[in-house]
Amino acid sequence: MPPFQTLLDDYATDVMGVLRGAVGRTDAEDCFQETFLAALRAYPKLDNGDNLRGWLLTIAHRKAIDHHRTNGRKPVTMADPPEIPVEDPALSDDGIWTAVGALPPKQRAAVALRYGSDLPHAEIAAALGCSPEAARRSLHEGIKRLRKELA
Amino acid sequence: MKASLQRLAERAEAEGLLDVAYTNVDSPFGPLLLAATPRGLVRVNLPTYDPEETLEELAAKVSPRVLEAPAKFERARRELDLYFEGKLTEFDLPIDWQLTHGFRGKVQRAVGRIPYGQTRTYTEMARSAGNERAVRAAGTACGHNPIPIVVPCHRVLRSGGGLGGYGGGLPMKEELLKLEGVL
Repeated sequence: MPPFQTLLDDYATDVMGVLRGAVGRTDAEDCFQETFLAALRAYPKLDNGDNLRGWLLTIAHRKAIDHHRTNGRKPVTMADPPEIPVEDPALSDDGIWTAVGALPPKQRAAVALRYGSDLPHAEIAAALGCSPEAARRSLHEGIKRLRKELA
Repeated sequence: MKASLQRLAERAEAEGLLDVAYTNVDSPFGPLLLAATPRGLVRVNLPTYDPEETLEELAAKVSPRVLEAPAKFERARRELDLYFEGKLTEFDLPIDWQLTHGFRGKVQRAVGRIPYGQTRTYTEMARSAGNERAVRAAGTACGHNPIPIVVPCHRVLRSGGGLGGYGGGLPMKEELLKLEGVL
């Protein structure tokens, strides 16, 4: 296996992109840490290094699902609303990612992997552990739903 | 992203998942790569060798859990800086000898005990390691020192007074000996 640092050098940005898509900017950092710690834990026993990117994205996807499950059970606490209107251009696409975050898990992950990290269908399928056909269907359903939500 | 990666290295260390930490440091001879396990400094890569290959070697021989973690090397960096300025004569860094074995290991540990500003011959090193006739093997052992500079193989010379060899190139060996006032 290559030194673990090369995985960070090559794929940390992709993983962060997927997680931002799946859980939003604020929680992506925690999921990022959890993803790479889990990967680091399992790395010495990994027997196939052919698709390390797909492997990392699979872990990221699971961490995002765990995150949503945990948050679903917890009462949601809200911070006091800011008194000054915030205009952060970096957050301008938050609306769409919020809508993505509200999709069912498979659809959400498919959309995030396709548009957050620009993965082809075959790799989305590998990351989700399903057939390319099923990945294509999840993506299609997700997009259809987003169109409706955002129309 | 930089903050996230630093945090990851810290958490990995706290959870016992940082098997090999490494960093790059500047030296008068070019960039050095330092690598350490939780036990101590395990490898110093001289500028003449490809650091990528050294990291791959560490991943294969020690553990693939190799992460860049500059914060772990503050003391080593400070001691090396002082050494290159001629202000430090003895490194006080824990060493992990796991990359050396057998006769070579014995020679390298004996090299580690040669004081600053002194030299030994390959014959003397062979004798220190318990086999006076294994002069050539002692030379090979010095050539395979995983922790050069800190384990001062540059202080080992030929019996006739010749410089012998050096992984970092003979000019570097000469400079180090000049720095220590030997040449």
